[in-house]
Amino acid sequence: MSEIVIKVEDLSKQYRLGQIGTGTLTHDINRWWHKVRGKENPYLKIGEINTHDTKSESKYVWALKDISFDVKKGTSLGIIGKNGAGKSTLLKILSRVTGPTTGAFKVKGRIASLLEVGTGFHPELTGRENIFMNGAILGMTRAEIKKKFDEIVAFSGIERYIETPAKRYSSGMYVRLAFAVAAHLDSEILIADEVLAVGDAEFQKKCLGKMKDVTTEGRTVLFVSHSMPAVRSFCTDAIMLKNGMISMNGKAEDVITKYMSPGNEGDENCKVYTPELTIHNKVKFYSFSVNKPGETSGGSSIPIDSPMELTADLEVIELPPNTRYDITLFFKDDEGQILFVVGSGVHDEDIIKRGRQSIICHIPANLFNSGIFYIDLMIVENRRSALFRENDIVRFVMIDSQLNLGRWMARAPGPLKPFFKWSSTFPVYQ
Amino acid sequence: MQEKEGKEHWDTVIHAKKHKLSFNFSEIWRYRDLILQFAKRDIATVYNQTILGPLWFLIQPILTTLLFMVVFGGIANIKTDPVPSILFYLSGLTIWNYFTNSFTSTANTFVVNAAIFGKVYFPRLVTPLSKVISGLFIFSVQMLLFLAIFIYFMIFKGLTFHFTPYFLLIPYLILMMGAMGLGGGIIISSLTTKYRDLSYLVTFGVQLLMYVTPVIYPMSLLTGKKRLLILANPMSAVVEDFRYAFFPVGAFNWTHLIYSTVFTIIALLLGILLFNKIERNFMDTV
Repeated sequence: MSEIVIKVEDLSKQYRLGQIGTGTLTHDINRWWHKVRGKENPYLKIGEINTHDTKSESKYVWALKDISFDVKKGTSLGIIGKNGAGKSTLLKILSRVTGPTTGAFKVKGRIASLLEVGTGFHPELTGRENIFMNGAILGMTRAEIKKKFDEIVAFSGIERYIETPAKRYSSGMYVRLAFAVAAHLDSEILIADEVLAVGDAEFQKKCLGKMKDVTTEGRTVLFVSHSMPAVRSFCTDAIMLKNGMISMNGKAEDVITKYMSPGNEGDENCKVYTPELTIHNKVKFYSFSVNKPGETSGGSSIPIDSPMELTADLEVIELPPNTRYDITLFFKDDEGQILFVVGSGVHDEDIIKRGRQSIICHIPANLFNSGIFYIDLMIVENRRSALFRENDIVRFVMIDSQLNLGRWMARAPGPLKPFFKWSSTFPVYQ
Repeated sequence: MQEKEGKEHWDTVIHAKKHKLSFNFSEIWRYRDLILQFAKRDIATVYNQTILGPLWFLIQPILTTLLFMVVFGGIANIKTDPVPSILFYLSGLTIWNYFTNSFTSTANTFVVNAAIFGKVYFPRLVTPLSKVISGLFIFSVQMLLFLAIFIYFMIFKGLTFHFTPYFLLIPYLILMMGAMGLGGGIIISSLTTKYRDLSYLVTFGVQLLMYVTPVIYPMSLLTGKKRLLILANPMSAVVEDFRYAFFPVGAFNWTHLIYSTVFTIIALLLGILLFNKIERNFMDTV
């Protein structure tokens, strides 16, 4: 079991910023001239570590810099880090979509990548044809696909539509079929990037279950995700990337704890979600944040005995008569278990009106226990149809200040810790 | 599992610097099903949601041939004797179309497939190879049209078919057209990942190229410098010899054919070399 199946040695990847045009030609010629004279590529010496926010001096950045690690057979390795840390670049190199700038890696066995499911699906082809097409792209032979065909169709749950062109599928069916094909690959190593971001809850569970099966079969999985609950429930080991370098490598539990700890990487900006997207030309969604009242974007965590305000900043572009919009929030614990659901639909009057506004949900003090919580947000039209749904849009950390003061010895179990009033009455026995 | 350190067996080893000529034929062979899948998809989806469907494969050469008969036969008065002009143009067009098809459909490999190449790995050469194979299918359909008209002329117009050993060269000529198109196409596609300039040349370049290939006129019309110029085009011998296999008029020249063969091999090798070099990192520049 301890055989090393992936060995990564000093892997680096350099990208050039800006546009390709006549300007890049001089660099190419210069590079070529150095090569002709047997010298090193002059642009490899420059380049900065990859921080997105600071304006860089150089036009070259290192998306990955000297990454080395080993993966043992049967491990499921989570790769975590904030956006731009190099997670996807690493997976792209390992799945051979692009090559490293320097360094090397070695692999035992076949690698299949699910960088994005449904690659090569052609809308004009039927479900059946797409299974064969997609399977072949992922490296299966026709005979292999034939053998697994029934299993794939059964897993996807779309038997009835298997002879229908994929362009008539709903996006859900599309994804289910695509994941079904990928999940039945016989490769020794599986690379997955946020595949679980799609599909309904039931299908997500099915996918996680399948991925778990994959590891128990002794296959190796590399998994990139922003969803800590998914990484936690699924990965044995984890790597934390920061600015293109490995900042921690170890057991998944330890790495996640470090990543999530207040003041650390994973804690930054997690309480604010700023999609700035327009939904069906009806609603423009600017941001969503979790704060203490009166605070805009303060400390990273919230004491459990403080009230909270969840603020959605959005603009209703048009509001036809007899239409109302509502926000529904799903509160989840760090294992992804839904604790409760609240929605502005409980009020009879319209909370969300036309124009730009902030919609605030007031949460009383003393509701949550200390811990990490996630929110899924849904924008609902006429209390029936979901216009928009996004999972894990924010994460917030509740801390028990009394615990910090040492008044209590341990954290009480359970995700909630409401403060209920107690009293006593003394009946008068005469 | 008792392998010694340093002598371990790794299935895939990727180094930043790789040998230029490390080319993995066995890997392409392993993906042969994918090549066929792609080819099938191309054929099945080309004329989707059209009424005439695959008939379009035939309409294009028929209309072009008619146009040629009017413009070059009628107006410019180019003599194709003793070959009936419809068969003359159609034979030239059929084989020429296979080249054009193979060339233009592979010349944009990287740009067109960037989305899929960006997500999953398979030997990139699979895509242009599949294009050449789906092109072969279209060619076969057009070839059948040519044969049908040929047989019609044999039965009703008294055209006689002289079987010569050169007839057996036809598969080789087809292979050469495909290989030349593939070689040229992948050279262009490799050169256009970073700087797109060349891709603007492809569409009209191919059109111009047809006029320096004996598609619309017989070689026998040319003499002197003009003849040398046309013969310098490696496609000329293939088109001319293809026609010679059906209508043994004029002279068959082995030297010309060998020249074309050598050219094809060089184009193909150069293409594979370039393609192989580009496919690693093209995602960063495309």
